[in-house]
Amino acid sequence: MAECGRVDSHTSGHTMDKSITLPPDEIFRNLENAKRFAIDIGGSLTKLAYYSTVQHKVAKVRSFDHTTKEAASDKLYEISVQEEVTARLHFIKFENAYIETCLDFIKDHLVNTDTKVIKATGGGAHKFKELIERKLGLKVDKEDEMTCLIKGCNFVLKNIPHEAFVYAKHADSEFRFQTANPDIFPYLLVNIGSGVSIVKVESEDKFERIGGSSIGGGTFWGLGALLTKTKRFDELLQLASKGQHTSVDMLVKDIYGGSYAYLGLTGDLIASSFGKSATADKEFSKEDMAKSLLHMISNDIGQLACLYAKLHNLSRVYFGGFFIRGHPVTMHTITYSINFFTKGEVQALFLRHEGYLGAIGAFLKGAEEDNPNQYSWGENYAGSSGLMSVSPDMNPMQRARSGTFPFDMLEMDRLERQLVNLPLLQDPSSYIPDTVDLTEDALAREYWLYCFEEALDGVVKRAIASQPEMPEAAARAEKFRQKYRHKLQTLRQQPFAYGSLTVRSLLDTREHCLNEFNFPDPYSKIKQRENDVALRYYQKAVRSLEELSWEERQFALVRGVLAGNVFDWGAKAVSDVLESDPEFGFEEAKRQLEVRPWLVDSYDQWLERQKGPPHKCALFFVDNSGVDIILGVMPFVRELLSRGTEVVLASNSGPALNDVTNSELQILTERIAAMDPVIQAGLREDRLTLVQSGSSSPCLDLSRLDKVLAMVVRERQTDLVIIEGMGRAIHTNYYAMLSCESLKMAVIKNSWLADRLGGKLFSVVFKYEVPPDKQPSPDCAALTP
Amino acid sequence: MKLISEKKPAFPWFGMDIGGTLVKLVYFEPVDITAEEEQEEVENLKSIRRYLTSNVAYGKTGVRDVHLELRNLTMFGRTGNLHFIRFPTQAMPRFIQMGRDKNFSSLHTTLCATGGGAYKFENDFRTMADLELLKLDELDCLIRGLLYVDRVGFNGHPECYYFQNPSDTQSCVKKPCTLDNPFPMLLVNIGSGVSILTVYSENNYKRVTGTSLGGGTFLGLCCLLTGCETFEEALEMASKGDSTNVDKLVKDIYGGDYERFGLQGSAVASSFGHMMSKEKRDSISKEDLARATLVTITNNIGSIARMCAVNEKIERVVFVGNFLRINTVSTKLLAYAMDFWSKGQLRALFLEHEGYFGAVGALMELLKTTEDP
Repeated sequence: MAECGRVDSHTSGHTMDKSITLPPDEIFRNLENAKRFAIDIGGSLTKLAYYSTVQHKVAKVRSFDHTTKEAASDKLYEISVQEEVTARLHFIKFENAYIETCLDFIKDHLVNTDTKVIKATGGGAHKFKELIERKLGLKVDKEDEMTCLIKGCNFVLKNIPHEAFVYAKHADSEFRFQTANPDIFPYLLVNIGSGVSIVKVESEDKFERIGGSSIGGGTFWGLGALLTKTKRFDELLQLASKGQHTSVDMLVKDIYGGSYAYLGLTGDLIASSFGKSATADKEFSKEDMAKSLLHMISNDIGQLACLYAKLHNLSRVYFGGFFIRGHPVTMHTITYSINFFTKGEVQALFLRHEGYLGAIGAFLKGAEEDNPNQYSWGENYAGSSGLMSVSPDMNPMQRARSGTFPFDMLEMDRLERQLVNLPLLQDPSSYIPDTVDLTEDALAREYWLYCFEEALDGVVKRAIASQPEMPEAAARAEKFRQKYRHKLQTLRQQPFAYGSLTVRSLLDTREHCLNEFNFPDPYSKIKQRENDVALRYYQKAVRSLEELSWEERQFALVRGVLAGNVFDWGAKAVSDVLESDPEFGFEEAKRQLEVRPWLVDSYDQWLERQKGPPHKCALFFVDNSGVDIILGVMPFVRELLSRGTEVVLASNSGPALNDVTNSELQILTERIAAMDPVIQAGLREDRLTLVQSGSSSPCLDLSRLDKVLAMVVRERQTDLVIIEGMGRAIHTNYYAMLSCESLKMAVIKNSWLADRLGGKLFSVVFKYEVPPDKQPSPDCAALTP
Repeated sequence: MKLISEKKPAFPWFGMDIGGTLVKLVYFEPVDITAEEEQEEVENLKSIRRYLTSNVAYGKTGVRDVHLELRNLTMFGRTGNLHFIRFPTQAMPRFIQMGRDKNFSSLHTTLCATGGGAYKFENDFRTMADLELLKLDELDCLIRGLLYVDRVGFNGHPECYYFQNPSDTQSCVKKPCTLDNPFPMLLVNIGSGVSILTVYSENNYKRVTGTSLGGGTFLGLCCLLTGCETFEEALEMASKGDSTNVDKLVKDIYGGDYERFGLQGSAVASSFGHMMSKEKRDSISKEDLARATLVTITNNIGSIARMCAVNEKIERVVFVGNFLRINTVSTKLLAYAMDFWSKGQLRALFLEHEGYFGAVGALMELLKTTEDP
């Protein structure tokens, strides 16, 4: 069964304190535009889902019309801030006790909606049906629980990287997030509500309940309450976590005096649950009985799950339901049981948003006409609470906040484009974008959290400076500061809150928070200025390169890309210099570069390769605006084109730091084409193509790229991937294995990271790799340290 | 030494299975004793025979299951009656004490023992009663004993039975049958815990899994929930109770069948699910609790056994073990569960001597070891 038992844990809460006022910009955000509702009412928690549109500001660039003299601005292009409407899914989870307050709040804040129906699921839905209909004036439309659950599960598995995790109680990091496998089917979902349902899911629409058990969460709760006189489920779990099952259970060693070696059964194995309570005339402690019961039920469920997994030949088994939900105790016992019964062959998997599956599914059922499955969605880190946010043990802060009650939120933004894998990944299922998992690496975590906190002042300052014409920008920037600082604090306590903590996720969270407070592109003007300045030097730079011999030029081009990459506002060491000394020039940057041999140096192999036949097509993931793209990357691209290699330039769809965006790059390329016949010919002959990456991050996840990019890459038979910059080539993708040749170029602009990699500030990473099956002969092989 | 030179084990012939909860003892009483033999028979051997065969209860807790006695059995060239005796494992120290008092060690017999207790109490036997145990693996003994008893039959009747019409409580009847061609079978031994074996021949078997939710769990939980003290008491209460007051059924949640998944309204959705509610906890009877415990444990064993049978592709499931003693609620429920969930594919079989096969197997080992000295 799914979570079907209506239970008596919070009945007293129905007369809740009326003094609680809900903060509208914290809970039930964007309710004004909400149009579709769904609700999942379980035994103790209510999950509400709605679809809404969010208006936010986006920075747009538009080329000046250079044919008319009137726009004789010294600016390269025009920046405007426009309103854009995007779709967002909101999910809120709170205790059933607050349901009436919440419904009142929704009623009061809901404006001009034509919504007539609310989709409902969960065992408690019928109980609150009348209340919902009366309060909201919406017709409650009940949806099948299991169907909703599966729909929700498919949705999160597809759209949220790091959704699934393995729980390891005694490991350095308890939560080990799984890389999202592009193929989510088939899998087994074991839903432990009051009973257990075991469902095999084969595709989006095909699933079957292949089994179940009546021994589930309700058994633990009901039997536990009888045995210990403890009423609440959470309290029972707490008792269990303090108990010793060995005083209640009959172990193998109680029967054998030791292990049953002949069968390989160890002495500590439970031979008979509660076996000792039948023979001894003694009292047993509540804790011990609760623990014994927990083991008994977890082992039993684990065993059945394994038998079904084996019968149906499935290796991915997800566990959910209220028995599991956010309870480290049960996640641990289930994990133990699965390990025992499969001898480690099957891992128990849990889901970060397991509690929302029913609500998500019910919502999707109601939204079928909008085809939500046609889009890609992304978790909005600014609005989502993260794993364990309402667990009182884990986050005392949340409870302590006055004037509200504990709630948990998940927000999903509809992305403009569908995201897919880069077709050139060697093994998409094992690809991990991030180089360092900060959830597991405590030292690195400490450093980066500190680093991002340190940088916050500068970010705030720049955000304000980017909107000089708006007097309230300072107040908004202050809100941004609070929000992001709070996120950093949460992550310090719960590094696992949003999946694996990485430099990328810290950067992305910052971008999401900036967007949240309408700072869509704090660097727009800086980028504009730098692009403008750099363009003026373009022709000179190209000319001086052409004067060099072929071999000198190859080296100069690489140094150009590397020196250009030093210009980066994202790295603190550099932004300090840039801000204090705007004259810091390209030549100066070249001087700063480490001399060869570089920290990672396969330049010789690259040069050898360049002497050979040209590549068919190079995909170049670019980094920063200004000197980087114009004086570093473009001359390099120009050389590739001259060699007869087609080039696909992939840049961000949306702004992140000073990274060049696709729309900016369009303008820049046009301008360069006007000065440079090689680039012009490339564009004209369609040998130079600009595509967007689908991302708005300073890092790069090669498993979530614009579908169009993937198509172009395939069509052009791309055989070289170039990734530039610290965010894309070091923080992420440093170890990414591609099925074609790849070149990763970056300058390390962070002394801590340089230290970690065994280098120093401005050390160079030049990593040219050829997959084993593409190596022409051993002496041409790339040697990577 | 005379008997050994004739390659016959010395009397008394015992086989013992020391489990987690119960000790099972089989004793072969020879009835073909010649006058000469009788004269040679030492006094304490006689007294043991008399003590065991003239009583049906021993001490406070020892019981002879007279109804199970196998009469006029020929074992190793001797004719006699096989007696079946059980007592709680807790009484083991007293039993060993008795062995010392009766000077058992002077009889020069080999004491064949199986079950975990053979290991656990080995040292106590040695130090307290000067007795060396021949320790035997419990699963070897179980299978050997089971096949033997099935072969010799139950005093002219089949040892094995099943339930006809298991899905219909009205017309469900016990029917004797034979295990003519017993292999392969799934053997489910329900003692304190449960072991599940696939058996392909007498010597080719595998323990596929087990569960800690067994007879010990039923009794342990019953004691805690109802204050009862014995298995008999627990079963007695269970026979009067109604588990649907304790368990939450599918219809309690969905108002009827859950058609989307083909679940009947009468199926148990959550064992003890009603007990989440305080009002219901306060009004529940001990009998209902005992019944629910029994049904929960039994259904769970049935469910695991069924899954194993399907995974191992075996259609015959044989249930043994003392949990099934005087427990028709469970045997019928298991028969029903096998039949219903497999849509008639699986058949549950039961054996009259439920929990004694390990002890019989141990006795046979005694006869086997002395066969080739």
